[in-house]
Amino acid sequence: MIALLKRDLKLAMRAGGGFGLALVFFLIVVVLVPFGVGPEAAMLSRIAPGILWVAALLAALLSLDRIFALDFEDGSLALLATAPIPLEAVGLLKALAHWLTTGLPLTLIAPVLGLLLHLEPQANGHLVLSLLIGTPALSMIGSFGAALIVGVKRGGLLLSLLVLPFYVPTLIFGAEAVRRGGQGLEAQGALMLLGGITLACIALLPFATAAALRITLR
Amino acid sequence: MLEVRDLTCERGGQILLSGVSFSLGAGEALILQGPNGVGKTSLLRTLAGLQPAVSGEVIHAPETVAYASHADGVKAALTVAENLAFWADVYGQDVPRDVFEQFDLADLKSRMAGTLSAGQKRRLGLARIAVMNRAILFLDEPTVSLDGFSTKRFAAYLRDVHLSNGGVAVIATHVDIGIDAPVLDLTAYQTQTASGQSDEAFL
Repeated sequence: MIALLKRDLKLAMRAGGGFGLALVFFLIVVVLVPFGVGPEAAMLSRIAPGILWVAALLAALLSLDRIFALDFEDGSLALLATAPIPLEAVGLLKALAHWLTTGLPLTLIAPVLGLLLHLEPQANGHLVLSLLIGTPALSMIGSFGAALIVGVKRGGLLLSLLVLPFYVPTLIFGAEAVRRGGQGLEAQGALMLLGGITLACIALLPFATAAALRITLR
Repeated sequence: MLEVRDLTCERGGQILLSGVSFSLGAGEALILQGPNGVGKTSLLRTLAGLQPAVSGEVIHAPETVAYASHADGVKAALTVAENLAFWADVYGQDVPRDVFEQFDLADLKSRMAGTLSAGQKRRLGLARIAVMNRAILFLDEPTVSLDGFSTKRFAAYLRDVHLSNGGVAVIATHVDIGIDAPVLDLTAYQTQTASGQSDEAFL
């Protein structure tokens, strides 16, 4: 099963499957915000947690439609469906590959971009931790959405409409954890809820993803 | 090894074939023939478990099955060797040493698959079947894009390696690929007049 993960990582590095695109998009959104709302440090600092989380979420969204679409187009998905790997594992590994090439790099670069938005220095740890805990849920939910629209021509917009509402709880608790961290408040509750959402996604969504793929492949 | 009893299969809600029955023992092959749209691809997909049968039974051990469709699952950004190594890993096999020679890919090992011609890609797709090392093969138009020489090589692999080692193959094809096997004309099982629309349109 690890072969699928290794292949997807290799393809992401070689074919530009959203790996660099998400980082550049994240950077551009964060850089654009001060131009739009003004350079006042106090205001930027206040909105930084929300902006960083929304930007990370939208950046993660960019490459979602490619999770299964390329394998569907070249026939790999049908071949994987008859291979000795459960489709549930395929869904989980695809989401993991998406997170490793999107969510993890976004998490690592976020503190640097936080500087541009005058994020309180004491919130950096909470920013990294919240993204580390929360972004896997984005990949899992996105993977399920991608399985639902695979085979639909130009399904990227449909995918956004499908998954964005499900991103709301992760966004709320993620941004809240960073905000509380910046204000020196206890953020454990928000982080635990964030972790709960991610664990629930990891436990349940591979089955939903596999079911969606089976219906698509019929 | 493979038994099909009174099978009915559909595509897009339309029943295409009904009452299909046959059985194959070790070392036997069956050629499926019929006009475009008769249901060759749908039958193979049903046999492989990619879509449920409307009725009837397909009896085989699922872990012995491999399916090869028109689309080869070849990744353009991987080399020929990497493409084969991936499928070998997925199926828990090693890439056989002679597979590159068998499918005339020895000189192309380190080439990116995206730079191959259609025929070379097809050979790579067929080499994947050899790498998977499954006893029951469901092959959908395996020789499309192949020249005569490559078709003969593939037939030689099927005959001298796969079938002679006790494997089974069900092959949908419009051309004589040089395999000595009985032909099942699917028009006899057709439940509607072929519309002239090919199976591929449904995919």
